[in-house]
Amino acid sequence: MSLKPAVNKTDHIQGKKNAKIVIVEYGDYQCPYCGAAYPILKEMMKKYGERIQFIFRNFPLSEMHKYARSAAIVAEAAALQGKFWEMHDAIYENQEYLSETFLLELAEKLELDPHQLNIDIKKSELASKVDSDFESGVLSGVNGTPSFFVNGRKFNAGADDLMQLMSEIVK
Amino acid sequence: MLQKNDVAPDFTLFATPNQKITLSEIKGKNVILAFYPADWSPVCSDQMALYNEMLKYFKKYDAEIFGISVDSKWCHMAFSQSRNLHFPLLADFEPKGETSNKYGVYNKEEGECNRALFVIDKEGIIQWSYLSPMAVNPGADGILEALEKL
Repeated sequence: MSLKPAVNKTDHIQGKKNAKIVIVEYGDYQCPYCGAAYPILKEMMKKYGERIQFIFRNFPLSEMHKYARSAAIVAEAAALQGKFWEMHDAIYENQEYLSETFLLELAEKLELDPHQLNIDIKKSELASKVDSDFESGVLSGVNGTPSFFVNGRKFNAGADDLMQLMSEIVK
Repeated sequence: MLQKNDVAPDFTLFATPNQKITLSEIKGKNVILAFYPADWSPVCSDQMALYNEMLKYFKKYDAEIFGISVDSKWCHMAFSQSRNLHFPLLADFEPKGETSNKYGVYNKEEGECNRALFVIDKEGIIQWSYLSPMAVNPGADGILEALEKL
């Protein structure tokens, strides 16, 4: 199963530019398994972030997780103010408190412009970005969250195994 | 297991405690059948949750999806409500596994159907089928590719 489309400029990217190892996560902000994977991925980037690249794409299961889509939209809106990863991290670090009001509180803590955020979260472009991430996930064979891809190939295991793989292959 | 170009066997199964669905009565629509082992088991739940999010994509291809397992209509109702599912789950309950058997996806040892997908065109011909390992959620990429080709 391969990643479609490949990593491109619409993606949220952290880590080393032009890295030889590129990891993509499809995640849902309200998914408990993604929440459990978060600290492992954070640790992975702390250890290997200077040599690998990490990308997050939205895969909200919004029928099952009430706030998953709102969280994805708010994170995309934060990206427009240059704070995608700050919002991404803040949501996962406070996953148990997730609600629409709480998302706005996080935005305030991150000092996002509230007026602009309020305009941006209603933009159809943001909804389309979340939808297109989701659709790309389905076409790439994502069957649940979190799902990982390593260099464009589906990695059929969890964050612990991904960490293990990195410890073996990152030189 | 039935394959591409086989005629999809007709069936009438409970979709709710008082409503039955007959395949041949779904006219002018493509049909996706997702046979799965059991309500409530972790992989199936993920699989059905995924399809639940995919309904608008299936609609684009003029396709309706039905989940099928040997669970009863009441079990399906509780499962469906708990997962907020917006598509029917059919009960292959009496005679147990009869429909799964017709499609060649009944697992006698387990007393459940295998995890299998069928895409049936508007003429009632199977255009794609896929048997997934029991423990693996097959996702929806294969379904979308098959619908794309119709």
